[in-house]
Amino acid sequence: MPNIRPDPDALLARVQREEAESGRGKLKIFFGASAGVGKTFAMLTAARAEKAKGADVVLGVVETHGRPDTAALAEGIERLPLRALAHKGAKLEEFDLDAALARKPRLILVDELAHANAPGSRHPKRWQDIDELLGAGIDVCTTLNVQHLESLNDVVGQVTGIRVRETLPDKVFERADEVELVDLPPDDLIERLHQGKVYLPEQAGRAAENFFRKGNLIALRELALRRTAERVDAQMRDYRDEKGIRAAWPVAERLLVAVGPGEEGEHLVRAARRLAAGLEAQWTALYVETPPLLRLPEAERDRILRTLRLAEELGGKSVVVGGGDVAAEVLGFAHAQNVTRIVIGRPKRKGWRMWLVGSTADRIVAGAGDVNVELVGAESKQATLAAGVIVRSRDVLGVERARKRRWPGYVAGIVVPAAVTLIGVAMQPSFALTNIVMVYLAGVVAVALFLGRGPSALSAVLSVAAFDFFFVPPYFSFAVSDTEYLLTFAVMLAVGLTISTLAARVRLQARIAGYREQRTSALYDMSRELAATDSIDSIVRIAVEHVSQVFASQVAVLLPDATGRVRHPRGHSVSASLRGADLGVAQWVFDHGQPAGSGTDTLAGSDTHFVPLAVGAKAIGVLALLPANPRRIFVPEQRRLLETFVGQIAVAIQRALLAEEARDAQLAAETEAIRNALLAAISHELRTPLATIVGASSSLADPPASMTEPARRELAQTIAEEARRMSEVVGKVLDLARLQAGATRVNAEWHPLEEVVGGAISRLSDRLAGHKVTTRLPRETVLARFDAVLIEQVLMNLLENAAKYTPPGCRIEIAVEPRRDEIEFTVADDGPGLPPGEEKKVFEKFHRGAPESAPGGAGLGLAICSAIVAAHGGAIWAENIPAGGAMFRFTLPQSGEPPLMEPER
Amino acid sequence: MSSSRPVVLVIEDEPQIRRFLHTSLDAEGFDVEEAGSGKDGLVMAANCRPEVVILDLGLPDLDGVEVIRRLREWCAVPVIVLSARAQEKDKVAALDAGADDYVVKPFGIGELLARLRVALRREAHVGEPGGTSVFEAGDLKLDLAARRVTRSGFEVHLTPTEYRLLAELVKHAGKVLTQRHLLREVWGPGYVERPHYLRVHMANLRQKLEDDPARPRLLRTETGVGYRLATE
Repeated sequence: MPNIRPDPDALLARVQREEAESGRGKLKIFFGASAGVGKTFAMLTAARAEKAKGADVVLGVVETHGRPDTAALAEGIERLPLRALAHKGAKLEEFDLDAALARKPRLILVDELAHANAPGSRHPKRWQDIDELLGAGIDVCTTLNVQHLESLNDVVGQVTGIRVRETLPDKVFERADEVELVDLPPDDLIERLHQGKVYLPEQAGRAAENFFRKGNLIALRELALRRTAERVDAQMRDYRDEKGIRAAWPVAERLLVAVGPGEEGEHLVRAARRLAAGLEAQWTALYVETPPLLRLPEAERDRILRTLRLAEELGGKSVVVGGGDVAAEVLGFAHAQNVTRIVIGRPKRKGWRMWLVGSTADRIVAGAGDVNVELVGAESKQATLAAGVIVRSRDVLGVERARKRRWPGYVAGIVVPAAVTLIGVAMQPSFALTNIVMVYLAGVVAVALFLGRGPSALSAVLSVAAFDFFFVPPYFSFAVSDTEYLLTFAVMLAVGLTISTLAARVRLQARIAGYREQRTSALYDMSRELAATDSIDSIVRIAVEHVSQVFASQVAVLLPDATGRVRHPRGHSVSASLRGADLGVAQWVFDHGQPAGSGTDTLAGSDTHFVPLAVGAKAIGVLALLPANPRRIFVPEQRRLLETFVGQIAVAIQRALLAEEARDAQLAAETEAIRNALLAAISHELRTPLATIVGASSSLADPPASMTEPARRELAQTIAEEARRMSEVVGKVLDLARLQAGATRVNAEWHPLEEVVGGAISRLSDRLAGHKVTTRLPRETVLARFDAVLIEQVLMNLLENAAKYTPPGCRIEIAVEPRRDEIEFTVADDGPGLPPGEEKKVFEKFHRGAPESAPGGAGLGLAICSAIVAAHGGAIWAENIPAGGAMFRFTLPQSGEPPLMEPER
Repeated sequence: MSSSRPVVLVIEDEPQIRRFLHTSLDAEGFDVEEAGSGKDGLVMAANCRPEVVILDLGLPDLDGVEVIRRLREWCAVPVIVLSARAQEKDKVAALDAGADDYVVKPFGIGELLARLRVALRREAHVGEPGGTSVFEAGDLKLDLAARRVTRSGFEVHLTPTEYRLLAELVKHAGKVLTQRHLLREVWGPGYVERPHYLRVHMANLRQKLEDDPARPRLLRTETGVGYRLATE
């Protein structure tokens, strides 16, 4: 029974597309079969109509090519000045993207959608400029010729013999909101050409004239019409999907195109794209990377990359998998992904191997089961000639290098049978011939194990020949007297070749395993280190170290600040750090979540490759990579490895960010709790003296007649005392608030110990008047490093507490003792001591010694001491002295030597 | 008619504090003039020629430190800063700008009067023709003319730097001198960022001149600000 519900995947895709497009501008393409059909004219006419309706229209780039009627249409519409660019001495003019974004009209006209921008522009292609305009919510009108469409590029090339360099990914065309076909019958176009109304680049000359032959024009017109019709068809289907009209839903087709390293890859991908468009299928380009392919010359690996990128540009997915057998991997992928059709190239090579094991294509067909397999023929050579020549000239280098590496193997393939022959000569008198055959086979096995298939095959053939020549009568002749030996030779050769194939396969698998292991261990090393840390700084350091080592590059991790601007890393850098990476590019990468710079489509002029560090769709940073050898980075397996590394780094950074957030949240919660306790304590501590002051002063202001002079004085003194107490509380609250807000910085300098002690005592002299204060300090002046203002405050708070909680007449001793790497301060008294169990509690915030005791004070003093000592990296604690009294101690760690002083002259 | 009562100019924007100062100082024998803003204060200082200025730092129009700076452009009248800003860096800023003393709010009237008297006395000394070249405090005697320091009659040997440091403190006895001021005057402008020179020499001076260097009676530390030679 046919499923009448819309395919959820397709619906989801449409919803996402519509969401993405809701804030975007609309793109309208004036589409034509060739130059001269009047696209620019039609576009300008439409723009004038919009302007007449009152729309804000601006001309970005409009090529009138000196045609007066077109130029007349452009009159009276605001024109954006072009941007002048200097490139290699020549002055070029380009569309000014930034000016257009800044001007932000409602509609902008930008001619020639497929135009390639001059080097030094932000994007290599104009359609990318237009994409940014659309992203900024600006509507765009543009023009396009059918020959520039990427998927039709080769077809047009074959029809006309001219292949254009400037191509446009089909997805841009397909995503356009409106496509208007500007059509002109070929005869009229040729007529216009003869009237000189068609612009031809001057250098084009004859080639262009050939292009405008009627046959070509008819073919191009057909392509343009058909492409437009396909689009209309797709729109129609969209509409029906939306309304759920379709009666029957075919099972969605999934198409897989298997590409190899050969030249035919691009052709295959284009063919697959056309097929997929016809079937309305999702499609994937798959490259199976076998170990021999890993050793391909760089030019060919580049070509694979280009092929895969082309697939992405044409709207497909590209996947690279590693494996030993192409056919098995393709079939495995096809079954896992529910592929319904596999597109492969027709096998090119003929030969014994093909005859023996069959081509990859044959094996795919054999194993395809219910999956359709389409074979695509090779493309005509003419159109790709130019590209082919370049590729081949590079090939030469690559192949030569490869041969250089191989010849020692073949030498060994000759030497080993020769050596075995010598051994055989020595054995001949005492051993049967069959044993000599065994020794030859042993030699072949050895060559196969260490040197691979080629040398071992050579070795097998030579072994048979040598055996015949030296050991089979008649001796020293290849002739054979006993025909029975022919069977021996055949078996010996077959066994030798089989062994060599098997041994070579084992070697190959060992290499694949080794290679995978190397990748895995590089990744594992980094993951392990990343897992062990959650500080952003060390994650960045680990990432830079590992990525730079594995990819032989200078590396930087750029993270955004609070405002979302990408910044250079703060703090230390390691030797592999990349300094001075272009923040502009990095910002673009961060904002768009797409790679840029070298090896990409965006800002390809930069030497540096920028990849977003993204978790899900959101970029959290950018990895900048300046490879020592750019080609190495962009081979598929390195790319894949880099992606995995980037993923790991992004996850680690994300984890660290979340941890930081959690810490902040916890801190905020704690701060909140402290703030509440503080408010409660303050309101109590301030209200009590305030009550006394208000009461006493109101009595003084309106005194009863009976109030005596001494009573009056006593009230005034009470007011003064309570006011002083309030002032103290306020001062301490402010100090603590400052310390907790981090506004107080430890300003550690070298101070004589006695100075800070003397300062504290003298500032508290009034309060200490009733006590006997003694000091115990080193006889010599000792310098120590601390913040004198803060430490004086600690001493004052401790002294004040001692005075407050001991009866008058008690002794208070301040002792300072320098130790090896710390200074210990002690404030001791011989008073009643701390209540047992209170030694730790006293340092908790707002804890008061005896809640209802007379002296008062918010218990803030010790909290302040504790904060200050902690800020110095020291410790503070309290003890009771066995002989009686309390003792407060704190230590300040010391390091380094006091600064030197010039001797006095 | 010039009164024998010294004139005090109070520059303070809080009317309550002005009222309380007016009442208290008047009772203590001062003529009190009042200004509610920095600019008014500067005009009054020029008009009424006060013997001492009491200045609040938090004024509505000009910052108090700026008022000191402008005042110092043309007159040397003692300035006592009265401020709620209790941080050392604020004190240093005011003293470096030319203030003579610094009293933190809230304050007792007794404390302010003591500072006023010190300022007036110092002013009187400076005004004396020739001035006195001998300074005495406790058992310490410093003869500036003879460059001789004695303690209980016994001569104390000071290094040249220690002597210069002591002489600078004596010259401004009773006034807080900032670290920066002392380093510049005693060692030279190149040393203002090396406070440990001052601290080490001050420690040496205390070893030689004080009974208990940890509880100095003469060479007082104003932690975080500077030093003061006590006169009382």
